[in-house]
This record gives sequence, structure tokens and C-alpha cells, in this order.
Amino acid sequence: MTHAISNALDVAGLENVYDALATAIDRAGEGKSELFLVKLALLNAHALGDPQQMRAHIDAALQDL
Amino acid sequence: MHQPHDQVRPSIYYRYQVFDAWLPSRHSKTQKHQVVIAGAGPIGLVAALELARHGVASVVLESERQVSEGSRAIVFTRRSMEILQQVGVADRITQNGLPWRFGNSFYRGQRVFRMEAPFDDNDRFFPMINLQQQYLEEYLLDACRATGLIDLRWGNKLASVSQDATGARLEIDTPEGPYTLQADWLVAADGARSGIRSAMDLKLEGNSYEGRFVIADIRVDLPLPTERLAFFDPDWNRGNTVLMHREPRSIWRVDYQLPEGETPEQALAPESLRQRIDAQLAMIGHAGTPWEMDWCSVYSARALTLPDYVHGRVLFTGDAAHLLPIFGVRGANTGFQDAQGLAWRLALVAQGLAPAALLESYSTERVGAAREIIDEAGKSTRFMTPPTQGFRLLRDAVLSLSLTQPFVGPLYHWRTSRPHEYRASPLNCAGDDNALFAAGPGHGAPPANVQLGPDDYLLDHIDHAFTLLYFSAEKAVSEALLAVAHAARQQGVPFSILAIGSSETVHGADQTLADTGSAVRLRYGVRAAGAAYLLRPDQHVCARWMTLDAERLQAALQTATMTTPTPSGVHA
Repeated sequence: MTHAISNALDVAGLENVYDALATAIDRAGEGKSELFLVKLALLNAHALGDPQQMRAHIDAALQDL
Repeated sequence: MHQPHDQVRPSIYYRYQVFDAWLPSRHSKTQKHQVVIAGAGPIGLVAALELARHGVASVVLESERQVSEGSRAIVFTRRSMEILQQVGVADRITQNGLPWRFGNSFYRGQRVFRMEAPFDDNDRFFPMINLQQQYLEEYLLDACRATGLIDLRWGNKLASVSQDATGARLEIDTPEGPYTLQADWLVAADGARSGIRSAMDLKLEGNSYEGRFVIADIRVDLPLPTERLAFFDPDWNRGNTVLMHREPRSIWRVDYQLPEGETPEQALAPESLRQRIDAQLAMIGHAGTPWEMDWCSVYSARALTLPDYVHGRVLFTGDAAHLLPIFGVRGANTGFQDAQGLAWRLALVAQGLAPAALLESYSTERVGAAREIIDEAGKSTRFMTPPTQGFRLLRDAVLSLSLTQPFVGPLYHWRTSRPHEYRASPLNCAGDDNALFAAGPGHGAPPANVQLGPDDYLLDHIDHAFTLLYFSAEKAVSEALLAVAHAARQQGVPFSILAIGSSETVHGADQTLADTGSAVRLRYGVRAAGAAYLLRPDQHVCARWMTLDAERLQAALQTATMTTPTPSGVHA
């Protein structure tokens, strides 16, 4: 697998995910949203199949908190 | 004056025997011995038995007067059984133990992972067998008596140790007062709270974890197979983990984590134990089943090791050398490998057949093994008892996902104890053909067992000697190879030749195995006649060749014993 191939979301796709995530966080409710997000991260990592790239995402997400 | 407990320990299934204390007034005033072992637990006794196989006598000091209180170590791995077979107790363990190979992890009433330990026809022993430690110690004590070389001194407490370059001076307290004992070598097998380790002010390195566990042994009739059961985040003990193991004699080990902030005293209060065990039995669908307590204790998960097991004339082994989390059955099972690794070297050194430097390789190999275990155990411990909010979140996310997403299942499987491969051992031969083999156990690896026939396995044919597995098509072992074997034996180094692959007895070999189905050749990656493996007395591979010759065998033996050729060597 090469990292040059881009699966980036288009704007419509990004907006779709934006709304879906926000709605799901609200549905999970306070106190469960963290657990929900970690489950989601693990599912995405599994689909990504690349621990290096996942680590890069972790580093990117840790910035500017 | 040392006054060991002299009342029979209580147990609802094991009949303890109180042995007479060894009293100095009834023995010689001069007490000078080659090897003294502190501690008559399973590790000290295996060390004594291994030494005896090499003809080395030992004195074993035990401060108590009976075998251990409670079941303690209950799960023995296949490699432990192979070691225990060597010292003659595996048959009794097999007769009385409960073998198993499956582990089940449960979350919210659902089985979310099933661990299946591999088992094939070439294995004499199951991946695991359960037996209470008291029985194991009893079998080992019987085996010790049978050797005539082991002087077991009950009620003898080691009070102090001092040492110089030639030996150790031990002050020993007994029920009639102290005496002094001079030892060339002291093996510290005095357990997790090693008094020798404290007295010498040696520091363990590694991690202690917050999690504390209650171990309770109860007698209860449950219609369940011998499989490990692990329950995560059960309703009655939220956020924590509960384990169950079946033991012989209708005993079950229930092992559960203490809620945060609870003291061991609170956890061991009878009412607390009763409520929690009732809750656990209810959770597995056996509410109200009558049960009876045998023994209970509290332990904490620690992953620590001494950075060096050899301190002058004092040699550390088992829990005295390291404290390992019991998830993954790493306590006694690591200790047996220590004792086996130490004993053959100490035998050679004590008999003057190898330099003391050989003992350093024991330390290198086994400290390396302990560090590997600590690393692996850290992973399972972080899953069982998450140390921080982050680890807890991840663990909880995995529990939750596991109900629908099988890909996280393997995270439930804490790696269990396995034999270590000493790939970087200084005893591995540099000039052999190790790298040319495509299969078979490599440098430093334990041997692979092979079934030869009904109730007949390759490892049954290997004893305490250096063993040459010689895959030869010739009718006789060559004169040159026999000369190397002869020279080793002349020096006192036990050496044995096992010829493999001939239906007729191979002249000069100690044993011949026909290997009619080529099972041994296949498992050892042997493609042509003339190949050979050299196993150390602890059975680990130290050299292997596509084609063996006498010079290379001689070199491998010298490397493995750290001896240098003498002018009057075999080529003279």
C-alpha cells in the first residue's frame, strides 16, 4: 500500500461526516462521548490498517488542543 | 531461636505433614558443603534435583516444617512439564492434575474471546495442567529423598550470609539455636520475599502496578470443564476483572481484583469474601451452590527483576530473582526454567569442569528472559488493571467493541509463559551452520518434541547430558567424533550421542532411534544425512550443523562450557 494514493473526502463528504459525528456524540451523551470516540478511533484504525499513519493522525490531533 | 510453626496447616483437601526439624546437635560440628540451597519451594527443589542428576550433592534449608500453605502456583506449562519430566515427577502430575488448553473471556454475559492453545500429536504434555502446589512439592520431596544426595533441613532459617572469593558463610537459626555452615555456593531460592535479597540490599528493577487481587480457593461442585474463565467488568465488581481456574479435588480458584481504596484486610474479611464469591457463582449461573473456603490471600501485580542473578557466590533463582505478574502463569513456570538453566552450569563449575564465568551466562540468559516477560506482562497487566485514565478508556472501548467486532478479541489474550530462546547466548556456537537451516529449533531454542510411537517421544530419550542428535546414515559413529565424546566424558562432562534415522543400532551411539516416518528429521529441518544438533544439559540448542565433523563438535562443546582447549586435548 502506498501513501501517495489519496482517499481524501470531498467537501460534501466532509460535511456529511461532520454532522454524523456531532449527532453521534450528542446521542452517546455526556460521560459516554469519550468512550464512543475511542471505539470509533479503534474501528477507523482497523480499517486504516496502518499503525504508522494512525500515529501520525494521533500526533496531528494532539496539536493545538 | 527460630520456632517454626509446628501445627498441621489447615486444609479441607490436603493432608499436611509436619516434618522433624533438623537439629545441629545431632550432626557433625563441621558443616562445609559444596552447594547450599535456601528454600524448599518448587524452584529450590528442582534446582536440588537437577544438581543431583549431575552427581552434585546439596543441602536444602527450609525455615518451615511443612510444604507451602495454600495452592499457590496451580498452572504448569508444557515446558515446565518437560523440565519436571527430567527430574522424575511429571508422571505423578499427569496422573493427578487437570490438563487444559482453552481460555474464555466474558463481557456482559457474552463470550467475547476464546483462546485455543496449540496442541498436536508431537506433544507429550498439554499446554497447561492444573495442580495445587502442595502436591507438586510433595512429589518433588519424594524425588529428592530417592536421590540420596539431597540433605533437606526443615526448620532451618537462614539468618545471615557473608561471603568472600571462596565461598559463603551462613548463620542458620534452628529450634535449638544457631549454627554456622560454610558453602562454596549458595542458591537463593527463598521466594518473593527473599531474605537473602534484602540482606544483601539488592534492588529489583521494573514496575509495580496498582491492582491488587484476592486469591480464594473454594471447594464447590461446578459442572464445568477445565478451562480458564476470565470475566471483565462484571456487575458485582465494576471495572475490575475476575478469573476462575479449576483445580483437582473439586477446588476452584477464584481470583478477583479489589475495588480501588480497599485494604487487603477488608478484602479478606469473611463476610466480604462470602458476598463476592456468592455474587460470582450467581453470575455464572450457579447461585446458591454450596461452597467451602480452603485458603485465601491477596497479591499485587508486580513486574520486577534483579539486574543480575549472580552475586559472587550467591546465585538467585525463581521469585527471589524476579517478581512477575501471575497473569499468563509466569511465576513458577519462569522459575523452573531458571532452576534448570542454573543447575547444570553450577554442577560443572562446582565440579571444576568449567570456569565460574559460565554462571554469568545463566544470569545473562535468565535476566534477558525476565525482561522479555516483564515487557509482555506489562501489556496484559495494563489491560487487566489499567494504570491511567487513557488505558482505562482504551480497555473499556475494547470491551464494548468486542461484543460485535471480533478483531479486538486477541487483545483479551494475555500471552502465556513460554520457553525462552537464548538467541544471543554466549554459549551458542559461532562457527556452526545455524543460519543454513530453514526449519527446526535455532540457537538457544528449547528442543521440539516429536512423537516416535505410542507413549514414546523424543524428549523421553534425553537426559541431563550434553546430547548430540546425530542424523547419520552410517552404521557407526566415526572414530573422530567418538574421540571427542570420549574426551568430554573423561573430563567428567556428561555427553550422549543419539543417532537418528537408522533402523539398525548405530555403533558408538548411546541410543538409536529409527525415525521411520522422518518425523524427527522434518521437525529439525534436516534434509541430508550427516546433520546434527547439540543440546545443552538444559536441552536448549547450542549448535547445529548440516554436516558435522569432530573439530566443529569440539569447538561447540568448548563454547558451551566456556573451556579452552588444553594441549592434551582430543587432537593430541
